[in-house]
Amino acid sequence: MAKTLIKTLTADVDSELEFIDGADDVVMDNTYDVYEFHFVNIHPSDDSKKLRMIASSDGGSSYGIETTSTVFDAYHNEADDATSLDYRGGAAQSTSEIIIGGSTGYDDDQACSGVMTLYAPSSDTYVKHFTAQIHQSSGSDFANNTFAAGYINTASAVDALRFSFDVGDIDAGEIKLFGVS
Amino acid sequence: MANEVKKVNTIAIADIEAINTITDDNLQALNTLEFSGTPADAHTWIATVTSDGSDATLGFVDGTGGVVLDNTYDVYEFHFINIKPETNASILAFQVDVVDGTTYGQPITSTTFEAEHDEADSGNDLQYRSNRDQHNGTEYQQLSEYIYNGVGDESASGILTLFAPSSGTYIKHWMSVVNAYGNATTQVSYHGGYINQTSAIDRIRFAMTANDPATLQDDITSGTIKMYGLAKS
Repeated sequence: MAKTLIKTLTADVDSELEFIDGADDVVMDNTYDVYEFHFVNIHPSDDSKKLRMIASSDGGSSYGIETTSTVFDAYHNEADDATSLDYRGGAAQSTSEIIIGGSTGYDDDQACSGVMTLYAPSSDTYVKHFTAQIHQSSGSDFANNTFAAGYINTASAVDALRFSFDVGDIDAGEIKLFGVS
Repeated sequence: MANEVKKVNTIAIADIEAINTITDDNLQALNTLEFSGTPADAHTWIATVTSDGSDATLGFVDGTGGVVLDNTYDVYEFHFINIKPETNASILAFQVDVVDGTTYGQPITSTTFEAEHDEADSGNDLQYRSNRDQHNGTEYQQLSEYIYNGVGDESASGILTLFAPSSGTYIKHWMSVVNAYGNATTQVSYHGGYINQTSAIDRIRFAMTANDPATLQDDITSGTIKMYGLAKS
């Protein structure tokens, strides 16, 4: 399973970070069947915010392809008075940003890290499956392990993805795009 | 990445006018001796440790035995391949330490759940495992359910991913999935957490514990752990 680093985006108080096929050396076409987005210490400007993604099929000119998803998480706090394994809902043919992470704290040492995998975005036959596992240190000092998955409900090629928090900016952190041979 | 090519099958580049009918003009930089090479694999194998049959711990320390565990990579993966314990019903676990540390007792807050199903189709479950998590605990962090050694084919395999261990700012996120087979049951464990330490972590150690993570339990008797780094650039 060889991986090729395609592009790294580094946040610097950005409202969003986006990968667009053909722009700034980004490849998101049929060169690879599987793409991985690695999130390294993504730090929000506001406390307890959730990482999101949204897809485009027109090179980022417009975003908002109907997406259906499922999210569950397991959490546990430093105080040892709360644990959970629960379904957290998901999107139902939503054209808005899709939640892929859990509540992320904004203390200086808090952030979220994880991986989202996108399958065959260039297919002109199938919907586009994605899976994500992202770990957050939350604002209330929880370890929060979030699992999201779903499909971008289009048979057209997806050629751009945009990441953001549900409120505020991405203050810092890196998103690395890999292609899997 | 560009590779300098001087000859192809003993023929100097400057003497090649066409390859498979493609002329020099249509090749990129043939006579300027430069081709775009095949991109390097960004999933880089760093080191492998294999149990010799009686290892109380297996581990990786930056700068030792070819191990790199610093800011060379932002993301590290540890692949467990058929890890087997000396004592029946042991649990694979890990701890880390800071540079030059020797105690392997960093505070970890973690969360864990598991799903299981047996060969007889008589039992299955999905549950949070409150006895496998920690709240700023300094014990070894468990990564699996019980690994058996009663028959020859029992063991556990999986992956632990560690993010940015060299950071001097952030706590260190990690996540894992490990499947344990034993007692005719498959048990897959999903763990995640953070090492509540903002100083760089440069060493990691794996061991077997009893159900109580404070009790290290005999040896790792077989299996391999492979360490990989994900390229930063």
